[in-house]
Amino acid sequence: MRDFSYLRASSVEEARRAAAMPATMLLAGGTTLVDLAKCGVTEPERVVDISHLKGLDTIRVDAQGAYIGALAKMNRVAADAAIKSAFPAVSESLWQAASAQIRNMATIGGNLLQRTRCAYFRDPATFPACNKRVPGSGCSALEGVNRGHAVLGTSDDCIATYPGDLAVALIALEAVVHLGDRTVAIDDFFLLPGTTPQKEHAMQPGELITAITIPASPAARRSTYLKVRDRQSYEFAAASAAVGIEFEPDGETIRDIRIGLGGVATKPWRARAVEDALRGKAIEPDIIKSASRLAVEGAVAHGGNHYKIELAPRVVERAILKTGAMA
Amino acid sequence: MTIVDTKIKHGDASDGILGGRLSRIDGPAKITGSADYAMEHFPEGMVHAVIIDSTIASGRVLAIDAAAAEAYPGVLLVLTPDNAIAIKTATDWTGAPPPAVPFEPFAREITFNGQHIAAVIAETFEQATAAAALVKVTYDKTVPISTFDDPRAGEGYPIDMMTKEWGDAEAALATSPVRIKQEYRTPREYNVPIEPHGLIAQWTGDMLTLWEPSQWIDGMSRTYAEWFDIPFENVRMLSPYIGGGFGSKALPTRYGAVAAIAAKMLDRPVKLAITRPQTFTAFGGRPATRQTIALGATREGKLLSILHRGDNETSMNDVAVEPLGSVISIMYATPNFSSRQNLVPVNTVKPGALRAPGENPSAFGIECAIDELAYEVGIDPLDIRLLNYAEEDPSANKPWSTRRLREAYAAGADAFGWAKRNPRPRSMRDGKQLIGYGVAAGTYPVRRTPGEAMVRILSNGTIEVASSGIDMGQGTYTILAQTAAEAIGVPVETVMVKLGDSSLPRAPVAGGSQLANLMTGAVHKAALAARDELIGIAINHPNSPFRDLQANTLTIEAGRISSPRDTGAGIGIAEVMRRTGRDRIEALRNTLPEEHQNAKDHFRNFTTIATMKSPTEGDYSLHSWCVHFVEVRVDVDFGTVRVARMVSALDSGRLYNPKLAESQWKGGIIMGIGQALLEEGLVDDRYGRVMNNNLGDYLVPTNADIPDLKVISVGIPDTHASVLGGKAVGELAIVGVAPAIANAVYHATGVRVRNLPITLEKLI
Ligand SMILES: Cc1cc2nc3c(=O)[nH]c(=O)nc-3n(C[C@H](O)[C@H](O)[C@H](O)COP(=O)(O)OP(=O)(O)OC[C@H]3O[C@@H](n4cnc5c(N)ncnc54)[C@H](O)[C@@H]3O)c2cc1C
Ligand code: SF4
Repeated sequence: MRDFSYLRASSVEEARRAAAMPATMLLAGGTTLVDLAKCGVTEPERVVDISHLKGLDTIRVDAQGAYIGALAKMNRVAADAAIKSAFPAVSESLWQAASAQIRNMATIGGNLLQRTRCAYFRDPATFPACNKRVPGSGCSALEGVNRGHAVLGTSDDCIATYPGDLAVALIALEAVVHLGDRTVAIDDFFLLPGTTPQKEHAMQPGELITAITIPASPAARRSTYLKVRDRQSYEFAAASAAVGIEFEPDGETIRDIRIGLGGVATKPWRARAVEDALRGKAIEPDIIKSASRLAVEGAVAHGGNHYKIELAPRVVERAILKTGAMA
Repeated sequence: MTIVDTKIKHGDASDGILGGRLSRIDGPAKITGSADYAMEHFPEGMVHAVIIDSTIASGRVLAIDAAAAEAYPGVLLVLTPDNAIAIKTATDWTGAPPPAVPFEPFAREITFNGQHIAAVIAETFEQATAAAALVKVTYDKTVPISTFDDPRAGEGYPIDMMTKEWGDAEAALATSPVRIKQEYRTPREYNVPIEPHGLIAQWTGDMLTLWEPSQWIDGMSRTYAEWFDIPFENVRMLSPYIGGGFGSKALPTRYGAVAAIAAKMLDRPVKLAITRPQTFTAFGGRPATRQTIALGATREGKLLSILHRGDNETSMNDVAVEPLGSVISIMYATPNFSSRQNLVPVNTVKPGALRAPGENPSAFGIECAIDELAYEVGIDPLDIRLLNYAEEDPSANKPWSTRRLREAYAAGADAFGWAKRNPRPRSMRDGKQLIGYGVAAGTYPVRRTPGEAMVRILSNGTIEVASSGIDMGQGTYTILAQTAAEAIGVPVETVMVKLGDSSLPRAPVAGGSQLANLMTGAVHKAALAARDELIGIAINHPNSPFRDLQANTLTIEAGRISSPRDTGAGIGIAEVMRRTGRDRIEALRNTLPEEHQNAKDHFRNFTTIATMKSPTEGDYSLHSWCVHFVEVRVDVDFGTVRVARMVSALDSGRLYNPKLAESQWKGGIIMGIGQALLEEGLVDDRYGRVMNNNLGDYLVPTNADIPDLKVISVGIPDTHASVLGGKAVGELAIVGVAPAIANAVYHATGVRVRNLPITLEKLI
């Protein structure tokens, strides 16, 4: 780890000003940043600690929706009673993420911006080729160990999976990211790798996440997060799905459905094709099964991750059935 | 001569102090953080070393450009093969005399990815780490052979010592009415103890002090002494507590030499803590294995022949055998048997020992194969095991000392409810969960090396036990206190145990599950000698309060000495010591046979494994035994396997402390669950590199993965196996877990997974 200068920001303005300087990184809970600094992936010259900023950890839920300050800790949000009842998928996605220790430290803002677990990305000393780290250097994962890599939203330049859970729930529930003066719809906040995998989100230098808001909706209230993995805890998703459903008054025709997919795509993935196929349909196992297959339309595997193409639709299907059966 | 006969309690394990369920004596210090581990020392002037590893797997280092690193703030030395002081090659652990060539801890010829090539020493760890990243290494690269699946790896070479044959296996197989033949594989697995490896090395003149977690203080001290050509006594190694080793902290390492070289060159204490990724390459874990097993049997399932061929990966220049024939050759009775093993060199670090090396993968093969045979002939997997029960050791042709495996089958099956199993695969279900029951047996040999211990009775009546043997969490502190307390007749709280220091009496390696048996034996002997002396003084000393009783026997109980003629409460040990003017009684004893009671043999016994007795040396074949019953639930869509329930019945002979033995067993079982479902070093063939070299990606079980584990002891004291009747504990219980789970997965799903781990993609 290289020496760096450390600034404890005392206001959002100060943090933004500092963040606009080159080679500067914001520090919230540090569970991603310090980890990557140890790997030699991030070598900031300046670290701006925003974890002491006042007023950025509010959690508020009202009839319009939820407002979650960027510095709210994962565990607090997960345990919040109002979040649990109005946005169960959000709480569940957080409970199933990382470990209790990490959730106690990590913030919502930092969580959205966590980096990929691609092992080639994380080991610069051994693998100079990584387009995400060094644009134009190549991608070591394409023909490497890629069991955890993405099958959706990939490009020839990068197949790294977006690893987080929360953002998958937020994609489904159409959350909005607040960057102080402006807001960005979460689906636009995360970028596809394309030919610029180093650019992962829509923030500009000098911007920081101040909050996220999630609009209230019947689909948000009837929502779940299903995470499938080999280990029962403390592992990233092999595939996951966040599903929210609103029924017609008949209780079985789907009026609105939102589906987010995790663990299989380069960004938190909205499974719109499945949603479109199910809107107006009855919640019946056969219909759901065939619609769920649409989740992986256009998916491309690179060897070790082929199973994800089989697994993801099954996870979507189960998550829909589970959500449909919610009381 | 023993003045009084002590009762050695060989009965029920709960009998007496030894055999009691005492909690770990070192527990409170560990829980409260006051237990200082080896590397938690801060000698004045200490500096930090960081190792630089090769990032290629095969080739040659052409040049190391250290200029930028040397100019970095705080850097004291960039150590390379060119400037490191020369040291000698040391005797290896078998005692084979070393070649007269220098020992080079850094490689110039690269044979694996992650090989040490240089080191940076700086005032702080951060400076050393940052400077290490500035060292530029240029290589002449060649294409590595990364795994034994690379066709260029070939078949490897045979290890004739591993060949075991009787009857005519091939012919018998050819004429057997029922035949099955399959390949079983285990991947590279790693020890990953939670306490990382490393050391602090400090020179004072030609005295070398090492704070280093070690499973073998005396063996490692000898190596350091020989490397630097100083007397053995000049090395002081301290390893008071160890945060797990599982076989990986028993032998000296190259980075150990680096730290000691740097400390000598700089004349400063040097701390070298290897990183978590380096715990995958600074020493080896279990090598990848593959075994082809052919079983020939009658239509009823009686074995006629076992034909076994095994391979394990080894490194390019070393012979590292994972004995794959160890369990398959003794578990079942068969008239015809053939087992052979090859080693296949690949570009990897030299494999090392990981809990039950050999027995573990060997059991995975045969215990899956016998299960397959049970389905083939249509009988219960438990019945086929009883049908082929080995009444004596079929390989050594010797009687078992004790083999309570039949009792284990019965007790385990009963507690598990095996009878409720529907024999048909994929027949038991709970919603989306397919339910499967599986069974598999395991075994681990009893290895024996003589031990040594000092027992002191101090003037205040307390007892001190001292040995360089170690406690890595398995409970040495506790059971040795119990042993001394029982032998002398004092409350266990008055016994103080000192371990893990090379200045104390010697101990052989804490490996092969031998330490508890040999150290209780040595402490017992020394404690009885100290007690004899105390009683002798109490009877004979002119100032002794017992002198006038004219007694010729005395008893000691709860720290008080009394005579059969005296009906009072007796007299405390401290009082007798005071009146007779003694400030201590000391007894140093070892359990070496008479003919080896000389300095040379003594040294050899504790610093090499040359004197370790095999399980079949002598009239009996000595082994521990176990069986695991498992219920798994497999998600029908996702292929995720969850262990829902486990019952294990185990025969480790007499348990010196059932609570600690159970915890060792459970630890082994948990590791076995990880091996079955999660653990696998993922190698990128192009680079010969283990990609998941950290605990975020190399998965071991979490609490959520482990159900309530029931363990049942079916052992009885086995005094052929050890002085006090215990058999192997530590490595036993991992053996057989993975095949039991694989068998349960088959029963649940109808899918046979023969290559570990059983991850979800193998089942969807
Ligand atoms: C072993 C391990 C397992 C994990 N498992 C999971 C898992 O299963 N699921 C899951 O979802 N996550 C998982 N995580 C990731 C974890 O959730 C994130 O590390 C954590 O949420 C990051 O939050 P933080 O506050 O610590 O961020 P930091 O490390 O402080 O920051 C992360 C990044 O965000 C930037 N940043 C932080 N706050 C802001 C802000 N307000 N505005 C702009 N930029 C900001 C920082 O500059 C940095 O680049 C795991 C992490 C580890 C180490
Ligand atoms: S997948 Fe992306 S992050 Fe991984 S090596 Fe390729 S470019 Fe880098």
